[in-house]
Amino acid sequence: METLGLIGFGTGGWGALLVAGAAMTFAVTLGALAVGAVLGTLVATAKLSKSRLARILGDAYTTVFRGVPELLVIYLIYFGGSTGLTALARLFGQEGFWGMPAFVSGALAVGVISGAYQAEVYRGSFLAVGKGELEAARAIGMPVWLRFRRIVAPQVMRFALPGLGYVWQLNLKDSALVSVTGLAELMRTSQMAAGSTHRYFLFYVVGGALYLVLTSLSGRVFDSAEARMAKTFPRGIGRS
Amino acid sequence: MLDLPFLADTMTKLLAAVPTTLALFGLSVSGGAVLAIGLAMMRVSGNPFLDRPARAYIYVFRGSPLLIQMFLLYYGLSQFPAVRHSFAWPVLRDPFACATISLALCTGGYAAEIFRGGILSVPAREVEAARSIGMSGVLLWRRIIAPIALRQALPAYSTEIILMVKSTALASLVTVWEVTGVAQRIIAQTYRSMEVFLCAALIYLVLNFIIARIVALIEYRLSPHLRPRPDTTAARTANAA
Repeated sequence: METLGLIGFGTGGWGALLVAGAAMTFAVTLGALAVGAVLGTLVATAKLSKSRLARILGDAYTTVFRGVPELLVIYLIYFGGSTGLTALARLFGQEGFWGMPAFVSGALAVGVISGAYQAEVYRGSFLAVGKGELEAARAIGMPVWLRFRRIVAPQVMRFALPGLGYVWQLNLKDSALVSVTGLAELMRTSQMAAGSTHRYFLFYVVGGALYLVLTSLSGRVFDSAEARMAKTFPRGIGRS
Repeated sequence: MLDLPFLADTMTKLLAAVPTTLALFGLSVSGGAVLAIGLAMMRVSGNPFLDRPARAYIYVFRGSPLLIQMFLLYYGLSQFPAVRHSFAWPVLRDPFACATISLALCTGGYAAEIFRGGILSVPAREVEAARSIGMSGVLLWRRIIAPIALRQALPAYSTEIILMVKSTALASLVTVWEVTGVAQRIIAQTYRSMEVFLCAALIYLVLNFIIARIVALIEYRLSPHLRPRPDTTAARTANAA
């Protein structure tokens, strides 16, 4: 009974805060996915480019951000960002320490990691788009942007969807590490609840279960999106 | 601008922590691989009483963050007096052991699915051929299924191994003094976060590079059938001449 009260929504219950934490985890991951989509597109373009320098820079990005521990990337962005912000504030005559907002630095850090993985997903998807379709579009005189919008983007999205689902799950779990910067997302809230009630086991189990809810529900969303895509592109496996 | 003596000193201290990182990595990957083999066998057994528990295990350990699993093991279990008075306490009290166990439990779930994919990719005709000459049981697994499955699973498994090198950094959050933990300790004393974290990042990059090369070498050794044949005609002409 006492246990139910602790994880419930009444007075002294942590239920509402845990749900708010889960919402924050979702928001950080969504922000990270958006940041990663922009960075990933840029990096994938660089990796596919004819320019050698662009290819090297693109490879360097994916190597570094897939090879360095997520925790270190989060620390680097949080402390590095704060150092930069403090220096900027000093430039404008402000004193003292200026910290990065934890949400921004968290979404940025996980987003930078996400970008490295998304770049690989987009690169692979672009290579899967039929060369003949691009040639056909060019042959009837479609300009670059129209070609991208009508031919490349829809097909890349379709091929990329399973990979993006994987990246989303990865980001969702990486976002738990943002708790080290003090952001009150699900991991941090579970820690606070565990610490203040001394019911560590209970709250880590509940926190973990909420993560399972997040990962399996969003997994289902990706699955149904894939099914819909398969309907709009009624073709065999891959291109034919 | 560059404080070389400080960087050299930091590097020396961080390199001294590399053995701890490697021990975490080596112990948890090998423990996780043993666990994963068991789980993968349960998954492909076709017996629902073996398949269901393995499925549940994989769902839980792949669906939640490693950090919360580690905290559950380290802080969660020690909450109970029964655990503190049990034979397992010397292990569960030790942050290094806890970190290793939770890393192994987590990678076990991921690797099980990778191994299962490898086992399922073994062509039925190869197994039939082996059975038809009377091979079965352990010999069949050892000579036919395991080598083919391993070859198929290796590319995906190498990714999992690299992820594990990175995951060892989480051990710093349960007070294991591996590379990231030592980096934090240096920062607490010097307040120079960027330089120290960049040194640590460099160490992880080099470690991952070396490990990726080793796996690539194993992959090369295991796939002689995919390599182009040595050019025998050239050798023959040379001999004739």
